[in-house]
Amino acid sequence: MSEIVLAGVSVAYDGQPVVRDIDLTVHSGEWLTLIGPNGAGKTTILRAVARLVSFRGDIRIGGRALTALSSREVARQVAVLVQEPQMPFGMTVSQYVLLGRAPHLGYLGKESSGDRRVVRDIVRRLALEELASRPLDRLSGGERQRAAIARALAQQAPVLLIDEPTSSLDVGRQQSVLELIDELRTEQELTVIAAMHDLTLAGQYADRLALLVGGRLAAVGSAAEVLTEPVIAEHYRAQVKVIEMNGSGRAVVPVRG
Amino acid sequence: MLGVKARPNPLALRGLPNLPWIWTAAGGLALVASCGIGVLVGPVHIGVGTVVQAFLGGAIDPGQANILWSLRIPRVVLGVLVGGTLAVAGAAYQGVFRNALADPYLLGAAAGANLGATLAIAFAPGTSILGVNVIPLAAFVGAGAAVAGAYALGRSVTGLRSATGLILAGVAIAAFFNSIQSYVQQTQTSSIRQVYSWILGRLVTAGWDDVLLVLPYVLLSMAVIYLHRRLLDALTLGEDEITSLGIPVRRVRLIVVVAATLGTAAVVAVGGTIAFVGIIVPHTIRLLAGRSYRVVIPLSVLFGAAFLVLADTAARTVVAPAELPIGVITAFLGAPFFIAVMRSTRAATL
Repeated sequence: MSEIVLAGVSVAYDGQPVVRDIDLTVHSGEWLTLIGPNGAGKTTILRAVARLVSFRGDIRIGGRALTALSSREVARQVAVLVQEPQMPFGMTVSQYVLLGRAPHLGYLGKESSGDRRVVRDIVRRLALEELASRPLDRLSGGERQRAAIARALAQQAPVLLIDEPTSSLDVGRQQSVLELIDELRTEQELTVIAAMHDLTLAGQYADRLALLVGGRLAAVGSAAEVLTEPVIAEHYRAQVKVIEMNGSGRAVVPVRG
Repeated sequence: MLGVKARPNPLALRGLPNLPWIWTAAGGLALVASCGIGVLVGPVHIGVGTVVQAFLGGAIDPGQANILWSLRIPRVVLGVLVGGTLAVAGAAYQGVFRNALADPYLLGAAAGANLGATLAIAFAPGTSILGVNVIPLAAFVGAGAAVAGAYALGRSVTGLRSATGLILAGVAIAAFFNSIQSYVQQTQTSSIRQVYSWILGRLVTAGWDDVLLVLPYVLLSMAVIYLHRRLLDALTLGEDEITSLGIPVRRVRLIVVVAATLGTAAVVAVGGTIAFVGIIVPHTIRLLAGRSYRVVIPLSVLFGAAFLVLADTAARTVVAPAELPIGVITAFLGAPFFIAVMRSTRAATL
């Protein structure tokens, strides 16, 4: 069980509130995507759930208060795919993915053959085997993103947080990365919280969308409920047309004039 | 060839960070060879046979035995300890601060040691505390104070979130300590020569006392850094990524910095300022054998030790019968290397 419950969560940076009084429940196995204009607090909420930033209020994962867990316990519950993962120069894909086993090791512990087996299986699953000994700096954008997903999966955490997973990818790679995450979610029964800018993609892949504006929750619901022209016009100050595509979600298209 | 096919290991995954045996063997050989050269080369000729006999406990000329056991061997052993420690400490600092040009001197360790030693030479020459010469002791205290100061300053300014803050704090502390050191040096002219000789570094007066003085610190420092090699690899990730792996970043940084500083302070206290070993050795290993700290740390011990023993042998033979300060040799080789590393943006990305 990896239900995530946020109750009255607020985050401030240097005394300035960034996220205010968020109440939100993400069900086990659900994909929820946070959307909202720049600076709305999407990344901050992800950072709070990963306990990378201190917060007021209560966050529970699988019924356990986040603040009561040790850092390693949090890392065994929550894996994070940051917006721009740092790819250490010269590090091989295998070595990078192996770092994902850290939450399962003692402070000075060494990876067991079991850990290496987990890494091998994930590398195979993500079709990275041919690239296993290649340095990260010699991968394409899409391959890097797959390596980053593999490292997050190596944590074997039931919750996956992803921040703008497709921001630097072309449309084909955007689709394949999101399809991959969706497949892995089903296979490994992951609960996913994502932060995304592309409203069309956000609506296509998430079970529910949560719209944040100025650090507050403005709307939560299905794509049909949240991605409407009046809502987007009000909160993004954008002129858009929302086009219903048969069985393939809704396209949010900017219009001029 | 014998009809037996190698079966692929089901666990085999290419690209995992394993210590390459060939480089480990090469490092071991380099160390043994450099020690051999260090013991054999000197103003008094002592043949290989005599050295082997001495090691096997055979009877040799007492004069030669004295030179071997009281001068050359302790000097070579101290060279091993100093070189291995400086190289490992350099690699460790580079890992913690994610700066290719980090060196045991970065955090003001050398500036602190120099100030401590200068104060001792100028104001308390020939003093000893509990039988230990006060100069290395003062250097040790100075190095520790400089690094603690840099750490505290970096922490208060940037909250340790930024490695750059710590490096700048180290530079500021070093500049401050250097200014006081220069002032003391210039106003105490009677001791200026001794101060210079100390600052340039020397293993000239090395004896077993120096070896025993640094041994516990060096072993502790190396052991702690070696045990953190996996975590040093993890430190190459972004701050949020490391934390989200449940790794206590601050604790790792603090422990590794303290260990590296302890080792540096100990060897600077007996060897003086020997710069650039901490840059030359780890970078060469990264270029040749791999960038993982699981490779860099153990190989730095072997190659750092071999490098310094050879540099010391060169220091005492190039202008024989006089001796060059060993810091001159390492700086002569190290400065161009430093510039090459600085120019290579690829190497600068750790």
